[in-house]
Amino acid sequence: MEKSQYLQQDLSCSSKLFQGGEQVMEKMKVLAEWSYDPAKPFRGYTGKTLKVNVGDMSFESKDVSEDMKHKFTGGRGFGLKLLWDSVKDTTKWNDPENEIVISGGPLCGVTQYPGMGKFYAVFVSPLTNQTYDSNAGGHFGPLLKFAGWDAIEIQGKAKKDVVVVVDADAGKVQILESPFDDVNAYTVTDALHEYYGDPNDINDRRFVSVVSSGKSAEHTFWGCLNSSFWDTHRKIPRLKQAGRGGGGSILRDKKIVALVVKTHDLSGTANNPADVDTLTRLGAKLHKEIITLDSKQCRMRTAGTAHLNEIMNEYHLLPTMNYKFGQHPDADKIHSKVYEKLYTQGISDGCWYGCSMACAKAVDGYELKTGPLKGTKVSVDGPEYETAASFGPNVGVYDPAWTIETNFYADHYGFDTISAGTGIAFVCECFEMGLINKKHTNGLELKFGNKDDIMELIHRMAEGKDDFAVTVGQGIHRMKDLFAEKYGADKNIMERIGMEGQGIEVSEYVPKESVAQWGGFFLTLKGPQHDEAWLIFMDRVNKQLPTFEDKAEALHYFPNFRTWFSLVGLCKLPWNDIEPADNATKYPPQEAARVPEHVQNYVEIFNAVTGQNITKEDLIHQAERVYNFQRVFQLRLGKGTRKFHNIPDRALGPVWADEWEARTEYYDNELKAGGVDPAGLSSQEKCDKLQKIRREQWEVLVDTVYKRRGWDKNGIPTVKKLKELGMDIPEVVAVVEKYAKPEDQWKD
Amino acid sequence: MITVNGEPMDWSDGMTIRDILDYKRYVFPLLSVWIDDVAVPRDKFDTTRVPDGSKVQVIHMISGG
Repeated sequence: MEKSQYLQQDLSCSSKLFQGGEQVMEKMKVLAEWSYDPAKPFRGYTGKTLKVNVGDMSFESKDVSEDMKHKFTGGRGFGLKLLWDSVKDTTKWNDPENEIVISGGPLCGVTQYPGMGKFYAVFVSPLTNQTYDSNAGGHFGPLLKFAGWDAIEIQGKAKKDVVVVVDADAGKVQILESPFDDVNAYTVTDALHEYYGDPNDINDRRFVSVVSSGKSAEHTFWGCLNSSFWDTHRKIPRLKQAGRGGGGSILRDKKIVALVVKTHDLSGTANNPADVDTLTRLGAKLHKEIITLDSKQCRMRTAGTAHLNEIMNEYHLLPTMNYKFGQHPDADKIHSKVYEKLYTQGISDGCWYGCSMACAKAVDGYELKTGPLKGTKVSVDGPEYETAASFGPNVGVYDPAWTIETNFYADHYGFDTISAGTGIAFVCECFEMGLINKKHTNGLELKFGNKDDIMELIHRMAEGKDDFAVTVGQGIHRMKDLFAEKYGADKNIMERIGMEGQGIEVSEYVPKESVAQWGGFFLTLKGPQHDEAWLIFMDRVNKQLPTFEDKAEALHYFPNFRTWFSLVGLCKLPWNDIEPADNATKYPPQEAARVPEHVQNYVEIFNAVTGQNITKEDLIHQAERVYNFQRVFQLRLGKGTRKFHNIPDRALGPVWADEWEARTEYYDNELKAGGVDPAGLSSQEKCDKLQKIRREQWEVLVDTVYKRRGWDKNGIPTVKKLKELGMDIPEVVAVVEKYAKPEDQWKD
Repeated sequence: MITVNGEPMDWSDGMTIRDILDYKRYVFPLLSVWIDDVAVPRDKFDTTRVPDGSKVQVIHMISGG
């Protein structure tokens, strides 16, 4: 038996599971089992979805209707539709009827074109108590479809820890008693790849994929879903994360240690597409672009998304010390060239077959310095930009090795590096302001840059025994209440500096200088995540969105375009992190930003897989149907109105004098542009006056965006809009009619 | 005097697009530059001179996420 090398030295210092190996795995007991005949994908769909209830140990196969395909397309759309049918209006995240629905979409699993292996997980989030969707690479999405299922719904709560296995080779779905004492991700994933792979061929493990979380997910709401793929070069399991929204916390609340899918029915035509030649032609064209241009453009193949580190710093967008600042002199220490040297180069790093963009970088042979695996050499996925920023400047640290260590434990313990990094940055500012102290933190000196104590907090969140660590893990939204109740901290101050919206922490871009990006983060379906619209350059630097109507148009188009990726199973990076050589000169600036040639590729790929004949306009309509459905879904769950589109002061502009004084000339000019003479005002007075101006601008933005989206003044999609989209499903219309008020309708 | 993305900027004799990018610290790799509505190829940024009075657009292609 060959051993996985993710732990790259003697395993004796590792967990007992590794020492036990297969002997432990033999103890897996079948609790429930169901046989099925795997449906073969046809034109990108298998036409079947699977429901597994780990509470009553039941299994169900559902047919996918043509109407469901038309209205919801797939992926996140299917997830929302299935979740809608399974929850109540009152469902909370930890109710048994809440589900984790995982679906890839009709293009998921295409190997000819880069970036086509994503799945989307949909659930009612513990952070927001409304629907959330979160995506991951890795092989789970494609293998699930090739195992016969367009989606899997996981419902119910098991009485004890279980593993759910979809084994298409055996034609079985099983709920197994978990043998794992250590439920952390690498432990579980490595063992399950080994268990389900051919013992005589280590690379047979590539036909297996595992979704897992970890101990931190049991004690915090930041639990992530890790999706694995077997790295045939390194001969280790790699983990990609559906990090956001707390999906991992739900997984562990359901007492699920892992979801496993296995199938050998894997090929470049497994989707049974209508037109393979078109896929091959378009794929070859993009591969050539990437190979020839990436080194001159974003360097995704060598630096991954970490190429953004120094760029964000230059443009004052790198979140520094809880988003107080956007730039720091020490940022050179986290320059992408530093990370490039730490990542292993010259090795294929795609997280799904055929992705020549290959941005899934990894640091190999890293020796852990803390925690239960201290002294062990490991391979670490990433850090990607978001982690390099969140567990970097945002908490005041400029030490890539430390960031790599937090990245490993985040994946292993199963928590989201974005929410956790932003959340701990908030804690650090509270600590430095004296809102909380060492008595509250149980001895931790949680100042910005105090690496040792921040790392200790991370380990305590995984252990779940420290009351302060558990409080932190509830997220900023609840921390504000809990710090006020338990420690007497000033709630008003925390409301101003806590970087969250709708209960979810802001991802790693300083939004305060772009009015459009206020919307890109805070006028979103699920909270401030960067997967709807990233408009800072268009708005603030390029000056392409001078009016509120221009901003609203961008806040209509881009969120819908990005939503489309989530319906069909795509990664967005090959869309605009590489561009054709003539993109910048062939199209006028406004159009070039959409990378028209790549958009056309996607239209043709959709048609080539499904046999349909959509246009680029249809693509937006497909997305808009689901976008508005999800908005109504939030409404159904008691959210989804204007008051939940909240924005903290820190996202609007400087809150404290030191933020102003870091860019005095810039902000003085902003104040003048707002009609206020800064002469004679203190920095704090200037902050307060600019905040007032920007708060008024925010309200104008909200109105303008709602109008453009076809929503009323309260942010509710109108029945007219639903009819236009063909989404006037009676139960959807009923929700709108329940909440919409005559006084909230626009007069024109 | 020229304008760059609508904002005035001092002009100097011999000024190239690269000079503007360096001054503005526009380090993003996916840039598209237009001088008086005429696109300039990326490989000509170092050598293309900017005439006095020009309207220069430096477009950062959307990215992130």
